[in-house]
Amino acid sequence: MSHTWALTLSRMRLAMRNRAFLFFSLIMPIGFLFIYAGILGRQNGAAIPFLLADVLALTVMGSFWGLSVQLVTFREQGILRRFRVAPISASAMLASSIISNYVLTIPTIIIEFYLSRKVFHMSGMGNLVGVFVLLTLGIVTFATLGLVISSVTNSMQETQIINQIIWFAFLFLSGATVPFPSLPGAVQRVAYFLPATYLVSGLQQSMSAVDPVGISELGLNLASMIGCTIIAFLVSAQLFRWEPEAKPPRRAKLWAAAAIIPFLLLGIWENKHEHVLARAISDYQSIERTSPPETPVR
Amino acid sequence: MSTAVIEVENLTKRYGDVEALRGVSFSVSEGEVFGLLGPNGAGKTSTVEILEGLRTPDNGRVSVCGLDPQHSGAEFKYAIGAALQSTALPDKMRVREALDLFGSFYPRRRGTTELLKRFGLEEKRNAFYSQLSGGQKQRLALAMALVNDPRVVFLDEPTAGLDPQVRREIYAIIEELKKEKKTILLTTHYIEEAERLCDRVAIIDHGNVIALGTPRELKERSGAVTRITVRVARPETNGALNTLEGVAECRTEADDYLLYSTRVPRTIVALVKHLEEQNNELVSLEISAPSLEDIFLELTGRRLRD
Repeated sequence: MSHTWALTLSRMRLAMRNRAFLFFSLIMPIGFLFIYAGILGRQNGAAIPFLLADVLALTVMGSFWGLSVQLVTFREQGILRRFRVAPISASAMLASSIISNYVLTIPTIIIEFYLSRKVFHMSGMGNLVGVFVLLTLGIVTFATLGLVISSVTNSMQETQIINQIIWFAFLFLSGATVPFPSLPGAVQRVAYFLPATYLVSGLQQSMSAVDPVGISELGLNLASMIGCTIIAFLVSAQLFRWEPEAKPPRRAKLWAAAAIIPFLLLGIWENKHEHVLARAISDYQSIERTSPPETPVR
Repeated sequence: MSTAVIEVENLTKRYGDVEALRGVSFSVSEGEVFGLLGPNGAGKTSTVEILEGLRTPDNGRVSVCGLDPQHSGAEFKYAIGAALQSTALPDKMRVREALDLFGSFYPRRRGTTELLKRFGLEEKRNAFYSQLSGGQKQRLALAMALVNDPRVVFLDEPTAGLDPQVRREIYAIIEELKKEKKTILLTTHYIEEAERLCDRVAIIDHGNVIALGTPRELKERSGAVTRITVRVARPETNGALNTLEGVAECRTEADDYLLYSTRVPRTIVALVKHLEEQNNELVSLEISAPSLEDIFLELTGRRLRD
């Protein structure tokens, strides 16, 4: 355990010295906030918590990208094999990735909240406890997904291609950029299988100033994240490769796919009940009601 | 000799179609500096990395401090230190941080300050890894190998790619470790490194140990002949020197006679006797011992750095 902590501190230091990291996990998310709240939120102040929810989701989702790239870099450069000679386990290495990412993402989230209140005059905050739980589980889940990706890819190039595909799916299908009710029905059905969809909808529902959901109503959502994290972590530890030239075993991709089983189940359930859609529609309507178009723009 | 700290028996390893190791055996005693000498691709790194637990052998048995590198876990890792051939640290990790971090993994450790001082890295303590020169990186790798004060140290090509002066610095460090009675296994393709540092040497070629012994034994045991360069007052007839005891061949080169001897002491005695009988006088005499390079050439028909 103390090894994990020492590794975590070291990786936090390295991340802070990494310009790309600072850009993607601090500058870019805050940029999103200014675009969202500054442009979209100008017409409607009541939408701010809702927009912040989207920005928070984007901040959290980005975790998978950073972590997969970090681990692949460490492996390709032969850094991991030096750790392998020391008494360091794959789990300690993976856990340090997750914890350091968590600790470093929290300040960005606090800044986003702070700016939303001070600059964009956000009033209500919905169910703060629920938001915190969702954010915490979200950061961990998406980080672990990044670790799974790095456990099946063979090169940085391959990793980046897979990351791009996943990122675009998360970005456009989750409801974080395009409002979920505006997506075509068939796309919505696919989006129900994405972890990002539940992060976005969960955050939107919890942040709602009018009718925030309680944590118990997020049960399935949270359980899926926990299930996904556990499977993803175990698979990553099992498939962990220290050596630059080591190839993943033939069934690795199948194993990695097992990590999204909880979300497949949730997706099937959601395809049947469409709670996410119904709630998103009512939330968007409530925002429009609270702030009718004729209200003067602030 | 005391008990074996490293034991390797009949080690085989294959990568696809390439047979990297074809039954390598040797053992290393406590406090010994043992060298694996051979050209690139001979199987040196495969052997060392199996001993470090980084690779699994296909067949054969290895033990380090009585432990199986594959299955002994932390106890094994505490006992060894390693400077790998292809190793790196994150670019933005500072020298001091690397030693602190790796030191923190072990129950028994050497102080960072002490290591920095000993390896001449005090001035670079706050430098990023990416800012170090090749020699400094190598010294850091050596310092990291010693961070847990290990019983056995593996050094895989510790001086490869370094310029001669830096190489000598590294030699001095290894010689100091030798004084501390560390058991050291090092690989190299530099003859002078093996000759200077190693108590015993195994010459490896194509995955086989083709010769094993102290550098001196290897020279004596092999048929390698020693060259004795002789200059005398009056010319000798070739035939006469050729018949001296131990002389395999005799050539003339300008005013010198080159005697290739398999038994140097006897040849010299015979030479002196012969010259006395002939009333001739010895002007100069020079003995050039065969190097490991000569031995390698003789054993394999190839030069080491081919």
